[in-house]
Amino acid sequence: MKDVEMKMKERAKQLLESGEVARVVGWKKGDFCYDPSPATFETVEELDNFVYDYFCGANLSKYLIQISKKEGKTAVFLKPCDTYSFNQLVKEHRINRENVYVIAVECMAKFDIEKIKEKGVSQITGVEVKDKDVKVSSLYGETTLYKPEILLTKCETCQKTHQVKDEEIILHERPERDVDRFAEVKKLEAMTEDERFAFWKEQLSKCIRCNACRNVCPACSCVKCVFDNPASGVAAKANDSEFEEKLFHVIRAFHVAGRCTDCGECSRVCPQHIPLHLLNRKFIKDIDGLYGEFQAGEEAEGKTPLTSYTEGDAEPNDVLNGEAK
Amino acid sequence: MQEVTTEKKEFTPNIVAFCCNWCSYAGADLAGSSRLTYPANVKIIRVPCSCRVNPMFVLKAFQQGADGVILCGCHPGDCHYVTGNYYTRRRMALLFSFLNYMGIEKERTRVEWVSAAEGARFSAVMNDFVKTVTELGENKRLTDLRVKEGE
Ligand code: SF4
Ligand code: SF4
Repeated sequence: MKDVEMKMKERAKQLLESGEVARVVGWKKGDFCYDPSPATFETVEELDNFVYDYFCGANLSKYLIQISKKEGKTAVFLKPCDTYSFNQLVKEHRINRENVYVIAVECMAKFDIEKIKEKGVSQITGVEVKDKDVKVSSLYGETTLYKPEILLTKCETCQKTHQVKDEEIILHERPERDVDRFAEVKKLEAMTEDERFAFWKEQLSKCIRCNACRNVCPACSCVKCVFDNPASGVAAKANDSEFEEKLFHVIRAFHVAGRCTDCGECSRVCPQHIPLHLLNRKFIKDIDGLYGEFQAGEEAEGKTPLTSYTEGDAEPNDVLNGEAK
Repeated sequence: MQEVTTEKKEFTPNIVAFCCNWCSYAGADLAGSSRLTYPANVKIIRVPCSCRVNPMFVLKAFQQGADGVILCGCHPGDCHYVTGNYYTRRRMALLFSFLNYMGIEKERTRVEWVSAAEGARFSAVMNDFVKTVTELGENKRLTDLRVKEGE
């Protein structure tokens, strides 16, 4: 991964020096080795803090809504999953495509610091990866963890490939992954209504309505949101009414249905560890089954399942009773 | 056993029916003028097209105390605005399936196509839906999905 980072940094330097782009969007070092954050680099000096490693899970696409409106070209590093969000945003006329130079970068799956901590490792100072072994060094020594167990949930089942690229930096071949991303959804579907209700009640009761899932989501980019209270002076925090607070999750998931690229950012950022991807994936699974396979973000144009129809679509009552063909 | 049956008989559900102005609403009218009956606890909300029904309307109805929500529109192919009900069909298929996934009883939500000429069908559909929801009992789940145990 270090070699990839070097290449990226070098390329960013070239682009900035030559004036081809006015800024580069990537990740910069955080306070700890495991919390790099999305950042814009405008000068070569700023690139000293540039980083690309196993903790760069953040999706940079949504930042481009604002940044692509600025003067001058912007170069951005996109992982495979990020390119779907990028396409979806171009499709929704949120990103100015002409103003963006996309550099596709390889992704060998990213780590979830919470999962590492759950293994009892804390005060982490660095990680080193050899195949499926991850050597984690901390203030207390070294521990070897099994890579598949510490991946971000979104990376566990990721099969995505770059959908957009103006150029690429790919040095290694990606390991195969063949986990069924709908496995958990199917498990829930097989439960009784009562069990499902209990499951979701338990999960959603943890929600503190921090709005992180909404704010990070590339499919959630409306200027005005039904969950905002226009009378509240504070943007994007207070609820419009008690009702919207309660059914937030149903509405949020429905709102992104057919547009959610399954980038997994919502589950990644949720401080309460609510498996929000299980909500989105239910819609994706239903759409695939009823209206034909559809992957949002694969194309930068065309209709989505909810903005199109066929005359022979399944009847809602049949779908509910499991009788839809 | 005996007790349960009596209890269920006493329960009168609140039913919200979203009816398209061009067909089902007129169908309800026809049912009335043909002296066909349907339960008085069906509250009809007239909409210009079934596709006017935002998923939030359905959720709001439940949150405000509905025990069942039914959407009625023109038969596919007969939409006054040509294609509105095709969108409704996809939307509601996904929404209702999703609600069921969250544990909401599938009998509480329904979509039926009723034309302006189908007064008898309107009455039959409503009677059947009210009967189903009455048997099911009160909606407790879709008022607040986030309520904690014991609260
Ligand atoms: S990120 Fe998690 S806690 Fe925050 S609003 Fe979303 S679901 Fe709730
Ligand atoms: S709902 Fe979650 S997975 Fe879907 S696009 Fe938004 S952040 Fe990504």
